[in-house]
Amino acid sequence: MNDMVDVTVNGEVRAVARGATLLELLESLALDPRAVVVEHNRTIVRRPRLAAVTVAPGDAIELVHFVGGG
Amino acid sequence: MLDIPFTIGGRSFHSRLMVGTGKYRDNDTMARAIEASGAEIVTVAVRRVDLDRTKEEGVLYHLDAKRYFLLANTAGCYAADDAVRYARLAREAGFNEFIKLEVIGDQETLLPDVQGLLVAAQTLVAEGFKVLAYTNEDLVTALRLEDAGCAAVMPLASPIGSGLGLLNPFGVRTIKRRLKVPVVVDAGVGTASDACLTMEQGVDGILMNTALAAARDPVAMARAMRLAVEAGRTAYLAGRMPKREVAVPSSPLEGMLD
Repeated sequence: MNDMVDVTVNGEVRAVARGATLLELLESLALDPRAVVVEHNRTIVRRPRLAAVTVAPGDAIELVHFVGGG
Repeated sequence: MLDIPFTIGGRSFHSRLMVGTGKYRDNDTMARAIEASGAEIVTVAVRRVDLDRTKEEGVLYHLDAKRYFLLANTAGCYAADDAVRYARLAREAGFNEFIKLEVIGDQETLLPDVQGLLVAAQTLVAEGFKVLAYTNEDLVTALRLEDAGCAAVMPLASPIGSGLGLLNPFGVRTIKRRLKVPVVVDAGVGTASDACLTMEQGVDGILMNTALAAARDPVAMARAMRLAVEAGRTAYLAGRMPKREVAVPSSPLEGMLD
């Protein structure tokens, strides 16, 4: 069994470890969980729950933050 | 002259000038311009993190979130559902429950889709958001937004980023006269005289971005805008003299020599 699965992160397909949590995904991308907001299949996952939610093949994950705007 | 406090959604501010953080040539210029503007409310947008780190970091690396009141927007959203989604993400960033709601209806003019705007405003108000709604200078839409529970209504001076100034002073004045919630003019102000004229209509504040970011010297323009907003506000409170179609001498008619 392949131990990597494909998920879509910010519109791009990425291979992540099977059973990885959202927190582990952030760590693998070198992102500070305090600096991003995570949306998992259109549902916002709050910071304390990031370590409790695992990713599954085909999941859509959005990682957003504040940028300059008017 | 004593002014009433500028209060939106239960929070009071000293400055009636709100500024954006987009389109600056660099972050240092942005930070200095915002400081020179005296603004306390600063708008930001919600976007994907750049996973390849080829572009700049988030705006919060360059802006002290303790010093400024961050007002997230839903810029770029063309549907009520999208705007609601962006607002929820913005709130989750954890700063406050205020949202500058934009639902755009036309790509060329960036004019608002007022139908989508109302739907999104109702949804967000029900979820506890303090909604500041970017709209056109139409009174009836403004009244509907107030009815929907918006914390402030933000009619445009002219299209976003156009710098055309206040095209419909009558419309903006009418909205201000009829609404109880704060009216903040958002978009279209190009230079200091535009800001002054806008504040002279009696509105509660102005939000601007491009006028600063696209000025040759954004820091100097920010200072000019701060002064213009104060001047316009003070002139409004002072009450201007009536306009007359004939001259009235300022010097006495008596005491002239034979």
